[in-house]
Amino acid sequence: MDLNYSAEELAFRDEVRGWLRANLPQDLREKVENYAHLSRDDLMRWHRTLAKKGWVAPAWPKEWGGTGWNVVQRYLFEEELGYAGAPPIIPFGVTMCAAVLLRFGTEAQKKRFLPRIYHGDDFWCQGYSEPGSGSDLASLKTKAIRQGEHYVVNGQKIWTTLAHYADWIFCLVRTDPTLEKRQEGISFLLIDMKTPGITIRPLILMDGAHEVNEVFFDDVKVPVENLVHDEGKGWTVAKYLLGHERMNTGRIGESKRQLARLKKYAEPMMGESRWRDRLTRVEVELTALEITNLRFLDRMRRTAQPPGADVSMLKIKGTEIQQGLTELMMEATDPTAADELSIAIRKRYLSMRKTTIYAGSNEIQRNIIAKMTLGL
Amino acid sequence: MNFDYNEEQQLLADSVRRYLSDKYPFEQRQKIVRGEGWSAQAWAQFAQMGLTGLPVSAEHGGFGGGAVDLMGVMEAFGEALVVEPYLSHVMATRAMERGGAAELLPGVIDGSIKLAWAHTEKGGAVRVGARQSGDRWTLEGEKAGVIGAPVADHFVVTARAGDVLQLFLVKKAEVRAHRTIDGRLAGEVTFRGTEARALHGGHTLVDDVLDFAAALVCAEAVGVMKFACDSTLEYLKTRKQFGVPIGAFQALQHRMVDMFISLEQARSMACLACSRADSGGDARSISAAKIKIADAARHISQESVQLHGGMGMSEELKVSHAFRRLTVLAREFGDADYHLARFARL
Repeated sequence: MDLNYSAEELAFRDEVRGWLRANLPQDLREKVENYAHLSRDDLMRWHRTLAKKGWVAPAWPKEWGGTGWNVVQRYLFEEELGYAGAPPIIPFGVTMCAAVLLRFGTEAQKKRFLPRIYHGDDFWCQGYSEPGSGSDLASLKTKAIRQGEHYVVNGQKIWTTLAHYADWIFCLVRTDPTLEKRQEGISFLLIDMKTPGITIRPLILMDGAHEVNEVFFDDVKVPVENLVHDEGKGWTVAKYLLGHERMNTGRIGESKRQLARLKKYAEPMMGESRWRDRLTRVEVELTALEITNLRFLDRMRRTAQPPGADVSMLKIKGTEIQQGLTELMMEATDPTAADELSIAIRKRYLSMRKTTIYAGSNEIQRNIIAKMTLGL
Repeated sequence: MNFDYNEEQQLLADSVRRYLSDKYPFEQRQKIVRGEGWSAQAWAQFAQMGLTGLPVSAEHGGFGGGAVDLMGVMEAFGEALVVEPYLSHVMATRAMERGGAAELLPGVIDGSIKLAWAHTEKGGAVRVGARQSGDRWTLEGEKAGVIGAPVADHFVVTARAGDVLQLFLVKKAEVRAHRTIDGRLAGEVTFRGTEARALHGGHTLVDDVLDFAAALVCAEAVGVMKFACDSTLEYLKTRKQFGVPIGAFQALQHRMVDMFISLEQARSMACLACSRADSGGDARSISAAKIKIADAARHISQESVQLHGGMGMSEELKVSHAFRRLTVLAREFGDADYHLARFARL
């Protein structure tokens, strides 16, 4: 048993760290550190910086621009990005849509979309949830009926993150509403956001920010070549995506940065033993999660297998820790303070409540572990 | 980075597990608890398997085992709720050897000499006094909650000589035996001008032994928690109410998942504590681990009894004994509050 990184892994980490120090723009770092709003330009500027370095899509096959890093290197890279205060790499294109195309896409689809995703030419969003279909996603109703060389899409998506920035949306749609087994009537469709008939309406969350949207489809014509995998195989695609790239859901690097920030920010509170002990318990959970994550990586590396369903615990614990840290941070602000940072910290507390709800609520994650890992 | 035991560690843990499932099943363990409180046969077997010599350095004929080498053994002991005073013996052995007394080690290794670690006292602080006249030392005072005291051949005792904390080796002492709530043999040990041999080391060695032991109880607790989780999961799958296994109910599924996550988080911290104990010690990491272990032990023990329903309360079921053991382990070598305070100081 050896909990330490190897000399090569440490050298790799130092290389990433050094590059970030030199290439992460100061203004972006400051925005992230002060919980300020990141514009589309901010996000894409950082995306293109990483793309130029060749680091924007480490998990892709090398022929499409991947780095060939192993799981440990990929984790170290993600952790360093989080720790440095880099803007997030928006996952909908690079992590999600690309994973689907690489696994199920035709050569033509890969050639058409992957380079544009890589270089940040297209901004993607995800069309999954609907007003009546949240955790029970397979009940989705947005219809896509084939007419000649097109699907005609009608319906509504909701909670669509950054749809107002997006050039493209990947959607789960119902191509056959007549089937008894409802999963079999679902297909995976790529839709150009400029297509006539698409309307975006902002949904303002409780922190006042415009991050998510409703997206309405009204007789939207989508060419059939935008179908990924076979018609009726969308649920297979969705399940594949669910199991894919779930190793960074713990957000350990970012939480470490928030913890360090909190200790500095809340120095006067460290003498209050009740508050401090709550902080220590979150720090202990974070340390444990970091090691749990390493245990998953070690297992993946040894078995050359993707993680099992129990990897859901990283999402559960990681989000609980993120919320725990933002709550302590909020409580460390002077309730009467009206400066920009204090306000941003309080808003962040409001905003971070989303983390245990999105990407498969923590209750759904528990269902997954109960069923798949524990056999209940 | 590697979270596996090496081949030797795995073989040892496997053979301990095999022995325990064969000769130390729950019914046998209960017989021991109801009888003398320890098993001479088990101890002899431990010696034969090399467990008594495990913490002794190779220089003195042992295996030079550290916390990670002992980790798999402690986990197996935890799963089987072993009551033998092994950890107390390991601690005393470590202190004695590092304190410069080697002549008892052959007996320690072959199992003929059992040692006990005598440190805790009523009220917490060490007040047993040591007095020197010429080159002779004598001890005065009382130790409490000394695990294995009634069967120990020698004690390693912490005492104050003036302001200085020192370690002593004592052969005979007056012992009042009792049982802990988790069925282990313990005793109050009284010294009245008792002759003692001074060991080297003092405060630093005491801290080293206590942190080493804290790391090992983390591993033992992981074993007990694993049993509690496995047993509860099995119960959820077999116990039927309303015509279905109760594990079909989501209210219980989610609680079971949270127990499972607590166990995995605790296991991660036990790995951290044992590795750090072997690389020169790291009090902060060991405190962090003990905080997590204490919290997880409380969570898992309480939930395992609750999810077993009335059966969980029953003396007959092993899970109620796991509850007792976890209650004790959560507090042994510092409870969560103690380690929260220490973590803040470090």
